[in-house]
Amino acid sequence: MIGILNYGLGNIKAFKNVFDKEHIDSMYVNENEDFSKVSKIILPGVGAFDYAMERLEASGLLETLNKCVLNDKIPVLGVCVGMQMMADSSEEGSKSGLGWIKGTVKKINIEKKYPLPHMGWNQLKIVKNHEIMRSLSDNSEFYFLHSYHVEVEDEYVLAISNYGESICSVINKENVYGMQCHPEKSHQYGIQFLKNFAML
Amino acid sequence: MLKSRIIPTLLIKDKGLVKSTNFKDFKYVGDPLNAVRIFNEKNVDELIVLAIDATANGVEPDFKLIEHLAAECRMPLCYGGGITTVEQAGKILSLGVEKISLGSAAIENPELIQEMSRNFGAQSISVVLDVKKRMLGSKYYCFIKNATQNSKLDPVDFALKCQRLGAGEIVLNSIDQDGTMQGYDIALIGKLRSSLTIPLTVMGGAGSFEELKKINHKFYPIGMAAGSLFVFKGKYRAVLISYPTLEEKSLVLD
Repeated sequence: MIGILNYGLGNIKAFKNVFDKEHIDSMYVNENEDFSKVSKIILPGVGAFDYAMERLEASGLLETLNKCVLNDKIPVLGVCVGMQMMADSSEEGSKSGLGWIKGTVKKINIEKKYPLPHMGWNQLKIVKNHEIMRSLSDNSEFYFLHSYHVEVEDEYVLAISNYGESICSVINKENVYGMQCHPEKSHQYGIQFLKNFAML
Repeated sequence: MLKSRIIPTLLIKDKGLVKSTNFKDFKYVGDPLNAVRIFNEKNVDELIVLAIDATANGVEPDFKLIEHLAAECRMPLCYGGGITTVEQAGKILSLGVEKISLGSAAIENPELIQEMSRNFGAQSISVVLDVKKRMLGSKYYCFIKNATQNSKLDPVDFALKCQRLGAGEIVLNSIDQDGTMQGYDIALIGKLRSSLTIPLTVMGGAGSFEELKKINHKFYPIGMAAGSLFVFKGKYRAVLISYPTLEEKSLVLD
């Protein structure tokens, strides 16, 4: 059972729709009791870093979420700002991140060559093989919508994308996974990625 | 590398889907949710949905409809129409919409952009400018209230102001070209594209895939939105929802 964290942010319905269509069991995690029913967690996110952290803190779910991820090692996938929140901090705000992967969130350096935010369909370049990238290739296109990106140690990077500079598009450390783009809105490749996460 | 976006635009009036010509002569073209379902199957890049009667009627956004649209939509969705407060924007984003779009409200109360951007991030705030050229001369103005009122604002100046206040995208809509399928207003696009550092999406006048190819070539990366091109077919404008196939798309974006 995949739990989609419902803390008032991010496109939780879009995830639910994909899983329903693929006959993968999923539910919303609305309260702390729900964590015991799920074996994987999706941490969605849209919006500014501080706003997202505030909403997560205000949801009352943070403590149990941390316990599930850090102690019980339940696989967790952070998407877009959800991925950024897994780092230590962000240039976009002043609040601390979750600190699940050592790293910081920085503004994309486009050197005025391209518009910012990075908005639209871009390709992944897979730099490390992993089950979660199964059946995806360097031509797989995903939808991006962000101005900030996560910087982590190379060993945690599974895929990058190019937009003025290299952007970490998929990261992983142990049971913690992050995707900068939106698999829930990326048609067949996004569905494949979410299926891969479900199969882990 | 990033690809330019090809974006169907759906206009909602009295809960039905319509298509206008020069912001008038509305033709009913179907049910919004049904259209979204068809676009889902066509692997559309993004969808813009604008409720064009909300501001004119002075009503709140139709949250129930937005919820249904967002639940149905398998591609990124931008919603506009009747949004005048930060609370409304927050609610719409929480319903699963990726971007909200401001029209008249941005012109009447530009600080709204700043406040929304601070809360939700620039990437979720788009501003639609309905622009019309003066009959005589070459000056353009931003219009409000469904093109019935001239705000007297210059589109480039105002777009730059939106950018400064934290908008993440400008959608440039040409009132003169709307529904004509006679081509985008290239001169107008050129003015904005060279001034802005945020993404620009253009709308109004697209009549063929060749036109999209031309715009992509000239202004890459850019968002190319169209209504008539994706809802009408043939000389008699029969209603038929379409979108470039993967092959056609790769030719357009080549």
